[in-house]
Amino acid sequence: MVQNIIDVRNLSKSFDISAKEPGLKGTVKHFFRRQTKSLKVIKDISFVIKEGEIVGFLGANGAGKTTILKMLCGLIYPSEGSILVSGYLPFRRKEDFLKKITLIMGQKQQLIWDLPPIESFYLNASIYDLDKFEAKRRIKKLSEMLEIEDELFIPVRKLSLGQRMKSELLAALIHEPNILFLDEPTLGLDINAQRNLRKFLQKYNKETNATICLTSHYMKDITSLCKRVICVHEGAISYDGKLDLLLKKLSPVKEILIVCRSEEDVIKLANFGFTVKNKIKNEITIKVEKKSITSSLKTILNNFDIEDLYINEPPVDEIIGKLLINKNYDI
Amino acid sequence: MNLRKYLKVYKKFLHTSLASELEYKTNILIDLFTAILSLIGSIFLLSIFFENNGYIGGWKFEQALIIQGIYTILNGITNTWFNPNLTEIVKHIREGTLDFVLLKPIDSQFFISLKRITPSGFLEIILGFFLLLYCIKINQININLTFLTLCLITIICSICILYSLWFFISTTTIWFVKTWNATEVLRSFLYIGRFPLNSFSISLRIFFSVFIPIAFITSIPAEVFLGLSQLWEILLEVIVALIFLSSSRKFWLYALKFYSSASS
Repeated sequence: MVQNIIDVRNLSKSFDISAKEPGLKGTVKHFFRRQTKSLKVIKDISFVIKEGEIVGFLGANGAGKTTILKMLCGLIYPSEGSILVSGYLPFRRKEDFLKKITLIMGQKQQLIWDLPPIESFYLNASIYDLDKFEAKRRIKKLSEMLEIEDELFIPVRKLSLGQRMKSELLAALIHEPNILFLDEPTLGLDINAQRNLRKFLQKYNKETNATICLTSHYMKDITSLCKRVICVHEGAISYDGKLDLLLKKLSPVKEILIVCRSEEDVIKLANFGFTVKNKIKNEITIKVEKKSITSSLKTILNNFDIEDLYINEPPVDEIIGKLLINKNYDI
Repeated sequence: MNLRKYLKVYKKFLHTSLASELEYKTNILIDLFTAILSLIGSIFLLSIFFENNGYIGGWKFEQALIIQGIYTILNGITNTWFNPNLTEIVKHIREGTLDFVLLKPIDSQFFISLKRITPSGFLEIILGFFLLLYCIKINQININLTFLTLCLITIICSICILYSLWFFISTTTIWFVKTWNATEVLRSFLYIGRFPLNSFSISLRIFFSVFIPIAFITSIPAEVFLGLSQLWEILLEVIVALIFLSSSRKFWLYALKFYSSASS
């Protein structure tokens, strides 16, 4: 039986935030008399994650995803509730616990800027008490997996963002952790670099059975890596379950792109009673309920002389985008 | 604490920071040149003070040079270790990179206090050491084991007090986020340590002994050199150093509970 590696119960976190009024008057007032108020950023959340699972945390900016991740790895003390990660209380940051986890942040770096990444890898290896031969073996293995063997000896400041991110990954994985916390790891990377990183994470998960908790604003990261997602809205969990189930619930329609022989047919189709998404020249995209897709196709083919036809799922970004902005979206 | 691991890590710290610094040769040469000029300037300033008076606060110029020597060594240590590391704490907290330090299986205070070194500070330590040797010669000080032990103890205590004061101020960044000015004020107070404590008024002497213990940092070790110190003074310096060191440690661990990490 697969064990629960992360167990979160009734977790809440509040921060003291000081707000400042605009203008000079507000600045002076803020300087002499700072008014702080307690803001509950995480509100009574509970979930469990099983060993080997890849879970995506979805939410708008400021929803609380990163705060959850930071509480899970022990950087922030929770205000209420309990967290157990691999049997440890994370905020105690015991040495054995720290050897099992890693945190990778797309927007922050730990590599030594002026030196080649290999120097940072050996430094991390000594911190994790690895001997030279073991460190060398792991660097070789991971650099092959990440395809950065040639970049190991080039100063970090001269590497591209993609190469740097791969090196950051290697530095963070040298101790072979079995729980990975990834906070927007593909931020700013080009499409190929994003794809390579995702491929690596899939491979790492498959080979080591590591548990991965991931936040990302790139839906491709989530759809290609995570079977399960936890949606966070204003500090509370609005959905916790399978990604495909969420997509089905959020979007019960399919999109049909029809290429007509003439623009007149497009107008006729638009007036036929279908929900039109858009029309450009002799192309029209309509939305059809998934359950009535066959009957709709029959109607189109019987009544119109069409050139071509494509059936698509609505873009994931669009569906998730709705979820992130709509407070009371019925899931 | 696994001492072997910590030594291994420190060796890596030395290696990586030296390698980083050596990437910029000109910068090192400028730093070395500045260190030499700074020492010459300080001695020149001291000699101006003593030009009209043979004694200041009961100290002769040759004796006051000992304080300058100790100050130069401490300034070298400050520039080698404290300045590159402890000012970095502010950056770590402001930018949230302290996250990486806290998630490593190593003592966070050890990591942030010793990760970097600036090699040009070594020259100041060597210059200060030679100045002290010169002072021993001109003041005709007898060197024996007791003398060397007491000198070593008081200088180590001075380093501990200075480190703790600096670390204490840097730690407050966790609440106040920006404390550059406070460390600058501390550095400017340290300049006062180049002069004998007795040359100040009583109120200033109390201030520099109790609130900002400059007296313990330079004057007491200098008195040990001249054989003028009392045993209670040395004991007091050791006690003050231990109190400062342990409080800075406790304060750091306490402050970490309030660390909220920078937003991403």
